[in-house]
Amino acid sequence: MTDGLIADVLIAVCGLVLLMVAVGLLSVLRGPTRADRMMAAQLFGTGGIAALLLVGTASGVDSVVDVALTLAVLAAFASVAFVKADRQSEGDTENEERT
Amino acid sequence: MKTAADVFTIVAMLGGLFFFVAGTLGLLRFPDTYTRLHALTKADNLGLGMVVVGLLPQAGHLVVALKLIVVWLLVMLTSSDVSQLIARAARRQEKGS
Amino acid sequence: MISAISVGIGILLLALALWTVVVRDTFAAVAGFIPYGLLLTLAWLVLRAVDVALTEAAIGAGLTGALLIRAASRLHPTEAAAQAETPGLGTRVVAGVAAAAVAVVIAVCLLRLPDPAPTLAPEVARHIEATGVGNPITAVLLSFRAIDTLLEAIVLLFGVVGVWSLAPDRCWGGRPGLAQAVGPNDILVYLARVLPPIGVVIGIYIFWAGADHPGGKFQGATVIAAMWLLVMMSGLRDAPPVNRRWLRVVLVLGPAVFIALGLLGAVMAGAFLAYPDGWAKLWIIVIEAALLPSLAVTLVLLMVGPPQRPEVSP
Repeated sequence: MTDGLIADVLIAVCGLVLLMVAVGLLSVLRGPTRADRMMAAQLFGTGGIAALLLVGTASGVDSVVDVALTLAVLAAFASVAFVKADRQSEGDTENEERT
Repeated sequence: MKTAADVFTIVAMLGGLFFFVAGTLGLLRFPDTYTRLHALTKADNLGLGMVVVGLLPQAGHLVVALKLIVVWLLVMLTSSDVSQLIARAARRQEKGS
Repeated sequence: MISAISVGIGILLLALALWTVVVRDTFAAVAGFIPYGLLLTLAWLVLRAVDVALTEAAIGAGLTGALLIRAASRLHPTEAAAQAETPGLGTRVVAGVAAAAVAVVIAVCLLRLPDPAPTLAPEVARHIEATGVGNPITAVLLSFRAIDTLLEAIVLLFGVVGVWSLAPDRCWGGRPGLAQAVGPNDILVYLARVLPPIGVVIGIYIFWAGADHPGGKFQGATVIAAMWLLVMMSGLRDAPPVNRRWLRVVLVLGPAVFIALGLLGAVMAGAFLAYPDGWAKLWIIVIEAALLPSLAVTLVLLMVGPPQRPEVSP
């Protein structure tokens, strides 16, 4: 358990990082193209993990790093799924329908 | 010793926060998808890196500290790859539609 | 000060949820759903439910997001027609009233919950020594309520059979999904070469850590499944035809071992799924180790869909 002042600092930084993520989401989700929207998963892959680690360390939850590891891997996977789905619906299907 | 670690953490946090703010500012103000992607992946990644470095002294055991570094390396690997993929998707959309 | 973060997370969750429902483009909606899932992970962590946070990160954000985006891209040709339909005023009023009624009922139930909430946690804490594991969630899932876990595994198996039944007759037993083209310099192929070894190690670590720390076979299996799906999505390896014997053996291995050990427990310790004294930890490990590959393969098959290419028998 981290003590008082440092825990408060971590929580404050976490709050600010979350604010940045929220503002970023606002901008990215409205984004004119699909590629902009794909960045939403990426935004969370970095900012979200930072907020997660901060809040976890401040609350003394030691296994937050495991959650961060899982999140890193799965956020990348979700982003790849997005790109893949975009490829397929944009007409790359000539390449992909091979029996 | 404890206060030295705490000061280090606070300095690293401030650095990380600076990069997050810079990245978000870039996301808001840059003109097109590619530059925004650049701001997002590079600046936010560095922000995460500094946050991780700042959290290292606060980790309970050495194993936790090592896992923190693995998280950062993993995010660097995947986000650099995914940003390439997203950039190519944006290019495809520009050419195609 | 944590409560300020909680409030912030709550507001962001509501905003994202609203946006996901309101936005017209399906792709954009799923793009909003994934941050929603990841934000929920954060919320679970603030509530100190780390196992749930792990599961939410793995399934709620990762796999469900990928599932939704694949569904959205398959529905893309009909999306214009679906958006052209607008419900009449009467339908919208009825829908609004029904939604409001459900919300009121939920709110009333929440406000009338007994305080302190009834809980079995002290009971679990009293008896956890006998199970040999340190994580109370694992103890409940694999010891006190092992029957639930067994039935879940079997239900997932039925899910796979249900998905397979959507295949056209001539494709039965064939390969799921469409063939993927592999470009030589494709960055996706690079990722599919580099990430899976790391991901599999992380998955096995999370499975192993589940004994005494948050984790367990389900989250570990999800990470491993995501890695195999990544390999398939990049085109590096093709999906296996579903009539392969090894595939089917791995699918049923987990539930079969679980049932076998349950019956053995009936013989040795007096009740189905009872663990003999002192052997509990070993049995739990064997069950989990058998369930891990089964679950991973089950999740992959659920995600990748019914067979779409007929397979000529060798």
